[in-house]
Parts: sequence; C-alpha cells; structure tokens
Amino acid sequence: MTEAGYNFAYLDEATKRMIRRAILKAVAIPGHQIPFGAREMPLPYGWGTGGIQVTASILGPADVLKVIDQGADDTTNAVSIRRFFTRVAGIATTDATGEASIIQTRHRIPEKPLTENQILVYQVPQPEPLFRLEPHRAETRRLHALADYGLMHVRLYEDIARLGHIAKAYDYPVMVNERYLMSPSPIPAFDNPKMHQMAALQLFGAGREKRIYAVPPYTAVRSLDFEDHPFRPIRAPQACAICGSTTSYLDELVTDDAGGRAFICSDTDYCQERQAAPKAAAE
Amino acid sequence: MKQLTPGFADPVLDAQACFRAILEAMSRPGRIQRIAAHITPPAPLCTAAGAALLSLADADTPLWLDTDEAVAAWLRFHCGAPITGDIGAARFVLSCGPAPSLAALDIGTDEDPQLGATLILQVAGLIADEGWRLTGPGIQHEHHLRVLGAPADFVSAWARNQALFPRGVDVLLCAGDSIAALPRSVMIAEG
Repeated sequence: MTEAGYNFAYLDEATKRMIRRAILKAVAIPGHQIPFGAREMPLPYGWGTGGIQVTASILGPADVLKVIDQGADDTTNAVSIRRFFTRVAGIATTDATGEASIIQTRHRIPEKPLTENQILVYQVPQPEPLFRLEPHRAETRRLHALADYGLMHVRLYEDIARLGHIAKAYDYPVMVNERYLMSPSPIPAFDNPKMHQMAALQLFGAGREKRIYAVPPYTAVRSLDFEDHPFRPIRAPQACAICGSTTSYLDELVTDDAGGRAFICSDTDYCQERQAAPKAAAE
Repeated sequence: MKQLTPGFADPVLDAQACFRAILEAMSRPGRIQRIAAHITPPAPLCTAAGAALLSLADADTPLWLDTDEAVAAWLRFHCGAPITGDIGAARFVLSCGPAPSLAALDIGTDEDPQLGATLILQVAGLIADEGWRLTGPGIQHEHHLRVLGAPADFVSAWARNQALFPRGVDVLLCAGDSIAALPRSVMIAEG
C-alpha cells in the first residue's frame, strides 16, 4: 500500500522522463558524466539523493529492492531509504543479495557476484575524479573531452615517489571502456575488480553534484596503475571473527579500551549467509 | 476531425515498464525486448516506436518525424513534444520511411556528447541470433541481430558514426512490439 498523495516512486513523471533520458545516454557513453536536474528530496544531500532519484526512475512494482550502506542492510541510511520506497512505491524489499532486482548501495559492492537480472545503483558524493586536482568544472569537462588524464597519473606517481605505493584505499580512479576516467564512488579499492565485466548494469547518481553516469554490463573497467606498480586491491589480512571468511572485505572494530580489535565482514548479508550455511549442512 | 487513439492506459506504470525494456535493450545491444503495453498508435507508427516516444519524449525534446499529420497530431497530444522541421535540432528523430542519413543528426560535442540525438528507426522486423555481429560494451562475447528492412548502407554509415565516439547518434530499432538498441559504443560487422 503506497502513501496517498504521492506519485508512484515519489518523483513526478516529467522528472522521471528527464532522468530516464539521462540514464539512457549514460549507458550509451560508458563513464561519461551527464548533468541532470536533480530535485530536492525528502532527505538531505549526502544521504543518497542521487541514488534515490535514479532508483525512483527505474523502479517498477515487480522489483525487489535491497539497500546497503557500507555493506550493511541495517544501518540508518539503508533502513530509511528502504522504508521510503516501501511507502512511496509499495515495493518488496529484501536483505538477500540474490533475491534483489535493484540494489542501491552506498560505498560497497556486494560480495556475491551479481547477475544479468540485477541493477546496481551507487550513491555518489563527488562524481568528478579530477575534482581534487582541478577545481574548475569547465576545465575538467575539457580534460574529459580530450581524454587527458595526465593529472591523475601524476597524482598516483607522486604517491609512489613519496610513499613507495599508491596511497588510495577507496574512490580509486578507473578507466571505463578505455575512454573515460571515472570515480567508482568511495567504494574500497578492494571492490574495483568486481566492476570489470560485471554481468549487472551499474548506474551512478550524484544528487548534490547533479550528475548521472553508468557502466553497462560486460564493460572493461581498469583501475589506473603503472607497469612496475600494478594495482593491488587492499584487504585486512585477517579472517572474519564471525563467519571466518578470508576473502571478503573486512571492517575493523574497536572492542575495548585496551587496544582490542576485531575484524568482521562488511557485507552483512554475505556474513549471515555463511553463518547459516554450516548449520543447514549439519541439519 | 479524426478521433485520436489513446496513449498508455496507465501512464505511470506503462511508461516505467517501457523504459525498463528500452534500458535493457540499450544495456545489452542487439538483444530484442518486447513492449508489453497495449497501445494503438496511428499507422504507420508501430507499438514499440509509439511506446518509446510516449515514455521518453516531452516538451523538452524537439522531435523530427517523416510521417503524416495523423502521427504528428498523436505525438503532439500525448507527448507534448515540439515538432521541428530541422533534423539537426531534434533530440528524437522518428523514421518510419526511408531512413535519414545518420550524419544529418545532432551528434553532440566533445564536452557534451550526451546531446547526440536518438534515432527511432522503424524497420520491417528484428531477428535474434543471426545477421550482424555486434561487439562492444554491454556484450560479453558477441550478439547477433538481423534487421529486416535496414537501410542498405547502414553498416558503413554506422562505422562512421561509431568512429565519432563519444559523439554520435544512438538508435532504437522498432518493429511491431519488438525493440532493440544500438548505442553509439557498439560495433557492427556484417554477419
């Protein structure tokens, strides 16, 4: 049952059409940022207004929505976005990665490989990968037009010269389809390889910055690196304290005031599925 | 005055379902999608082309078309799209007869390639898994698509369009209730 007085999925139809046209052009030009008229949403910038507008424009009654915030289904941001769409679109939601048709994410890609029947929607705070290197939007637009990404290579090289390695653990820049430099949103560099040749469509929405971009399925996504300093996804060299996974991305928890640390899976659904699996096998 | 046929029975959910079919078509070039909505646009406009315009065109998108006044009146009423005689200024170009040259359409600029037009090309039929060999983003290995009634020189015209990337024109191929897409990133070889 949807909230009375709202259009299906909150946005009016003219706004959805505008966003849908932007999404189609984004898919046709992989990695290119498309400006769109982001609307004011009933939650503040920084809470995923771009991702919500993309989700609202693609969502239908048959969809099953999963929302994660840093891998977790039960954090404030994820819970409130899920409840928002339950209220304004009356759609089904889930925590299980495999059951979702649309997954809206803040800063993670689920551990379970996505399928062709799924769409991954990223919430993006800063869509411009060159933002910290060149503050003028007019200039970065020209750099993208010329595919001139020397600035970013120099930035990575300076890390190597000073520190001996590329000191970027998240929002690690990628080349999409060997044409556009793209911000993968602040996902950990650990997740970057999952974007490469992913079976699912990936859509990115930045509400405050009013940009939409996309990576179509089965598209080359290469993390920038150098021949002698190849890209290495970073992961804490521990096993999950709950499920024992040695391959998933881990969050570090402070457990006491005496330096105690624990590492647990960032993807809560993946962790719970692994916890349930040995029990199911035993029964 | 002739009676206009209705547009979508459910303007919200029919437009959503149609958009998702187009999004799927655009994401996986050459895969054929079906438009489920039941509409009866005036001839010669087919269901898929009519539904695509109902879903995507509005007052913000100048439309060029090569059909008669009945189709223009239908689209003007249901979409509110301004109809232009200047093909280079149109966001959507509807072709039901002989296809216009891709080079005549707006291809956008290097900084704003998204301004490139979308050509809605009505063809005689679409057959999957034979014909043209498509490769590029959205395609794991290769997709095959046979387009019945495609313009004779389309593959070479497409190669010129594709060479402009990221500028260029995107094409929606429509036949009956079937739709397939050729985003500008896709490469076509004669199969």
